[in-house]
Amino acid sequence: MFPRPIQSLSPTAQRAYKIALPVMLILWLLPLLGVAMTSVRPSSDLAAGNYFGWPSALAFDNYLTVFKNTALDKYLLNSFKVTIPTVIGAVGLSCLTGFALAIYKFRANHLLFFMFVAGNFVPFQILMVPVRDLTVSLGLYNSISGLALFHIAFQTGFCTLFMRNFIKGLPFDLIEVARVEGVTEWQIFRHVVMPLMRPAIAALSVLVFTFIWNDYFWAMVLTTGADTQPITAGLNSLNGQWIAAWNLVSAGSILAALPPVLMFFAMQRHFIAGLTLGAVK
Amino acid sequence: MVPSTAKHTLTPRKRRSRQSLAPWLFLAPGFAMFLVYVIIPVFQSMWVSFFEWDGLSPKIWIGLGNYVELFDDEAFYTSLKNNVIWLALYMLAVPAGLMIALFLNQTVRGIRIYKSLFFFPFVISQVVVGLIFSWFYAPDFGLFYKLIEWITGSQVAILADENLVTYGIIIAGLWPQIAYCMILYLTGLNAVAPDQIEAARLDGAKGMKMLWYVVLPQLRPATFIALVVTVIGALRSFDLVSIMTSGGPYGSSRVLSYYMYEQALSEYGYRMGYGAAIAVVLFAIMMIFISGFIWKMWRDEKGAR
Repeated sequence: MFPRPIQSLSPTAQRAYKIALPVMLILWLLPLLGVAMTSVRPSSDLAAGNYFGWPSALAFDNYLTVFKNTALDKYLLNSFKVTIPTVIGAVGLSCLTGFALAIYKFRANHLLFFMFVAGNFVPFQILMVPVRDLTVSLGLYNSISGLALFHIAFQTGFCTLFMRNFIKGLPFDLIEVARVEGVTEWQIFRHVVMPLMRPAIAALSVLVFTFIWNDYFWAMVLTTGADTQPITAGLNSLNGQWIAAWNLVSAGSILAALPPVLMFFAMQRHFIAGLTLGAVK
Repeated sequence: MVPSTAKHTLTPRKRRSRQSLAPWLFLAPGFAMFLVYVIIPVFQSMWVSFFEWDGLSPKIWIGLGNYVELFDDEAFYTSLKNNVIWLALYMLAVPAGLMIALFLNQTVRGIRIYKSLFFFPFVISQVVVGLIFSWFYAPDFGLFYKLIEWITGSQVAILADENLVTYGIIIAGLWPQIAYCMILYLTGLNAVAPDQIEAARLDGAKGMKMLWYVVLPQLRPATFIALVVTVIGALRSFDLVSIMTSGGPYGSSRVLSYYMYEQALSEYGYRMGYGAAIAVVLFAIMMIFISGFIWKMWRDEKGAR
């Protein structure tokens, strides 16, 4: 193990490490702690100049105010409406593409695979004008489905890379045996490979959920207004309305951050497995 | 042979033809979507960059006109310069992530919770990160503002200062990026061969020497991915610039991605052709890196079989 296990060092060093851990953590998360604290700070504190001190009272009604006076609930709902279909769509499609690229040997295999990989890295701006045009001409501009369709297509790139590498790691003998038994290719996919893909599906689902929930650029390009915009774009426009009402901005930010954070804690193992794919040989 | 399986067994030729058709059927839906929304638009953008176009009226062919204009556009050079600064400073996320990973790579009680809490910033939307940091930088009361005032004695409104604004935004961007690199290295460190470490330790290696000659070579895959995601993250920077400054003050914090958006789709005008030309330049810069990554992956792929 590297660095040397702390247990093999002197008791003083061990104690120092145990103190350093929480101190470092608080420093690291200071921005977040500040926001959490401000989200329950009464506006009177802000007026009195108490921005970073201890709140004089716990004003949980900041959260109520945010819900009552703004369209935040709509924005949050829109985010779910975009994110959930995207997760299902992109993960579903990439199960198929990943399977095709991992199992079959055909001439265009590598070319297609690297196309998915490369497409996944391009800057969004090179897609912006044509994708917006396409969405307008499909009659889907400023609609949730228009935004979700693009996300599904784009995420398929990353998901295919992931699925293909995952399926490559499965024992190929299983498939050979099934073929000899006369099982059709679709049944192999459905009944031999799919059941083994559960961890990959779980990992990808949390990752895609987070990516799409946090998307801001495409929300700005393809939607406008509280009826269709997700929470990221919504926060931006609310921030304009709430000039200097930092307690409301903070409450809104916490609400916007909550779903991916909960998702992360619920599915931590899968999330990290997905994110660190390839970090170990 | 059992009769029931014999019924299903195909002749070799039939099976082979099934196996050559099957991949295309599996690929069709996903690839069609990817083609329509990602691959084709890349080329359409290149095409649009040769036109003058407001998105509504007919396109006017102007050849390399947009690129010639870019050549003399000071805002373009500002954005390009800022992109280079982003790229250079973002790289700090890789060693910083490694340092935190080394700090956390212990087995004490509760360390798992520490690791996931350190990772926290990456899970949050960049919009929220941007709001948090603008508040910290806010003149008169922001915590960082006060801190700087306390250390240097001078009052600096980072986001309103043309020379500092980009650095201020990059610091906000580094926060989640370091968390990402950290998690990559933590996973990598988990897989470092303990016997090699022990062997090196017996040979008297320790500290930096051990890190450099024994540990880092084993972390190479993690480093590669950390570099890839950091380069891409730096060149994709858009959210933070948009949230924290909208490119200001006086356009001094623009990056190419933001400048493109501003030109093509904002109150400053609908210059789709000019915007597309900016996007093509950004794409070309990204392509230098992408082809490097792909080349390496390709080589590994070849080596694997």
